Amino acid sequence: MTTETLARPNPTPDPERSLRGATPPPGRTSDRVFQVVTLAAGLLVLVVLALIVVATASQARAWFNAEGLSSIFSSNWDPAHHHFGAFGLLYGTLLVSFIALLFAVPTSVGIALFVTEVAPRRVRRPIVYTIDLLAAVPSVVFGLWALAELIAPLSHIYQSVSSATSGVPLLGTLFANPSGSGEAFMTAGIVVAIMITPIVTAITREVFVTCPASQKEAALALGATRWEMIRGAVFPHGRSGVVSAVMIGFGRAVGETIAVALIIGSSPRLTANIFGTGDTMASIIANEFGDASGTWRSALIGLGLVLLVLTVIIGIIARTVLARADRRLGIVAR
Amino acid sequence: MDTIPMSDTSHRTATVGSVLTRPPAEPDVAERTPLPDPAERDIVFELAGVEVRYSGVTAIEDVNLKVAAREITAFIGPSGCGKTTVLRTLNRLHDITAGAQVRGTITYHGEDLYGPRVDVAEVRRRIGMVFQKPNPFPKSIHDNVAYGPRINGRKRGEIGDLVEEALRKAALFDEVKDKLKQSALGLSGGQQQRLCIARALAVEPDVILMDEPCSALDPIATARIEDLMQELKANYTLVIVTHNMQQAARASDRTAFFTAEIDDAGRRVGRLIEFDDTEQLFTQPSDSRTEGYITGRFG
Ligand SMILES: Nc1ncnc2c1ncn2[C@@H]1O[C@H](COP(=O)(O)OP(=O)(O)OP(=O)(O)O)[C@@H](O)[C@H]1O
Ligand SMILES: [Mg+2]
Repeated sequence: MTTETLARPNPTPDPERSLRGATPPPGRTSDRVFQVVTLAAGLLVLVVLALIVVATASQARAWFNAEGLSSIFSSNWDPAHHHFGAFGLLYGTLLVSFIALLFAVPTSVGIALFVTEVAPRRVRRPIVYTIDLLAAVPSVVFGLWALAELIAPLSHIYQSVSSATSGVPLLGTLFANPSGSGEAFMTAGIVVAIMITPIVTAITREVFVTCPASQKEAALALGATRWEMIRGAVFPHGRSGVVSAVMIGFGRAVGETIAVALIIGSSPRLTANIFGTGDTMASIIANEFGDASGTWRSALIGLGLVLLVLTVIIGIIARTVLARADRRLGIVAR
Repeated sequence: MDTIPMSDTSHRTATVGSVLTRPPAEPDVAERTPLPDPAERDIVFELAGVEVRYSGVTAIEDVNLKVAAREITAFIGPSGCGKTTVLRTLNRLHDITAGAQVRGTITYHGEDLYGPRVDVAEVRRRIGMVFQKPNPFPKSIHDNVAYGPRINGRKRGEIGDLVEEALRKAALFDEVKDKLKQSALGLSGGQQQRLCIARALAVEPDVILMDEPCSALDPIATARIEDLMQELKANYTLVIVTHNMQQAARASDRTAFFTAEIDDAGRRVGRLIEFDDTEQLFTQPSDSRTEGYITGRFG
């Protein structure tokens, strides 16, 4: 209803007039403008994305033409000999992200639960502020800190864990050949974990906070302890939000560049030794782009495209998983 | 700030004393009139000088009443007079409300409900609650009802039967028996409320608190719930809040009438005005405010 029809003096409106007035009521024009503006904004995003894809793809063509399928499926990245196989880098990116999520997600969920359900009300705000502050620290700061303070002690830990587990099946391989300097997949994973924890915590906390009191009371009134209440009410409510938070964290981890470039050891390779040096797509772009030309440059741009595709694929998988779970629970997709 | 600390709930079976651990009382033959004096029956709850404050502001004060075993006690009164507030003192739900503070003494089978060593989770297991608004979990119908038994350590094999029994008691089983695996959020409001009743019953509590259990229900479902309450009375103690005068008159044994009035200091505070046998209260109320309310001249 518009203000015009509501303000009309005649209490019994003529149906013809009230619905199709000669002049459109003022609210309608602003509605139209709003619609057009939002539509334009939405389209702009798509256009920019399309332009990025087209530009990178055309620049990366030389790489795909030169390497064919081995551009993606070979792990031999050796600019000196004109080999540009991205598989080791793709692997490195996924491995670092995986390690980062492994540390960051439980920590973030733990902190979020602590802040929303456990901590005394007085200290909740300060903790939240601190976390938000940490989220704003530039990643290069974390990288430099890790370089200065973290890699030396970590290298000792790597050495001792490695010798302790040598000979043990699986673990032996996983922890073999630790890097002497402390630069490693693991180091990068830990630092990326520290970097993404604040944002994952912040999003997770926000979904936990929105768990309706009625849900929590329902659980508690059935004799649930606090932990049982969290499992029964807070987690199911926050499930899809946590998945989104993990995806955003994953996106950050995949794209993390400078910090990783400083501490991963810059040696592109496919190896199960997580205490060894490696490299990721984002960090190699940062390290090599300045020197690159020709196919090398094209390959680095191609890595950018692979990164983009990777994040899109992960995003789609996450959406699908969520939509399926929501349908099962009868929650209308948002 | 919570002034009543959450008790440690990690060892839930041992902390509550003898009374909280005894087996459910034998059902006795329900007699309608005359009601025995509450003092002669088992007293489940005894409230003395109970006051509840929200962030320092008193919502209700000076509540003194006794809830007798295997009876239905109804709370009536105008909106905002504190019925829900009093009900929530009985299962210590105010513990989790920021700013809520309960004063006075409340005993449960003679034991201090707010005593220092009381296991709150155990209290709430014995004193079930159905809320004013249906609040099923976003889980399947089956899992909603199974939640209570599961957290209380019932064996996997028992749960299916418990769920069916609870759904039958809540007069919901026939409507949902083919879709137990479907989400509870797909049920109608009235079905959701009965599901919440089933969920409370599945824990096999001693007392069930119901906060306007029928406010979302049609007359048929309401009649079913009222029948259910009469059945439950044989084994359970019920405390219900209702806005429906006929329901209180029809279904309850004793009625408490609350109202909120502005006192001399200008505060709006809820009070228990009259507490009596339902028949007495509805036919010969001793307080003019009760009479005004039940005859519809007030509130
Ligand atoms: N969480 C809360 N915080 C602050 N004040 C509250 C809170 N809950 C209730 N109150 C106040 O306490 C008073 C009693 O509320 P209560 O919910 O107990 O009323 P009620 O009798 O159940 O009403 P209704 O019939 O509308 O459900 C009201 O004045 C209300 O504003
Ligand atoms: Mg109420």
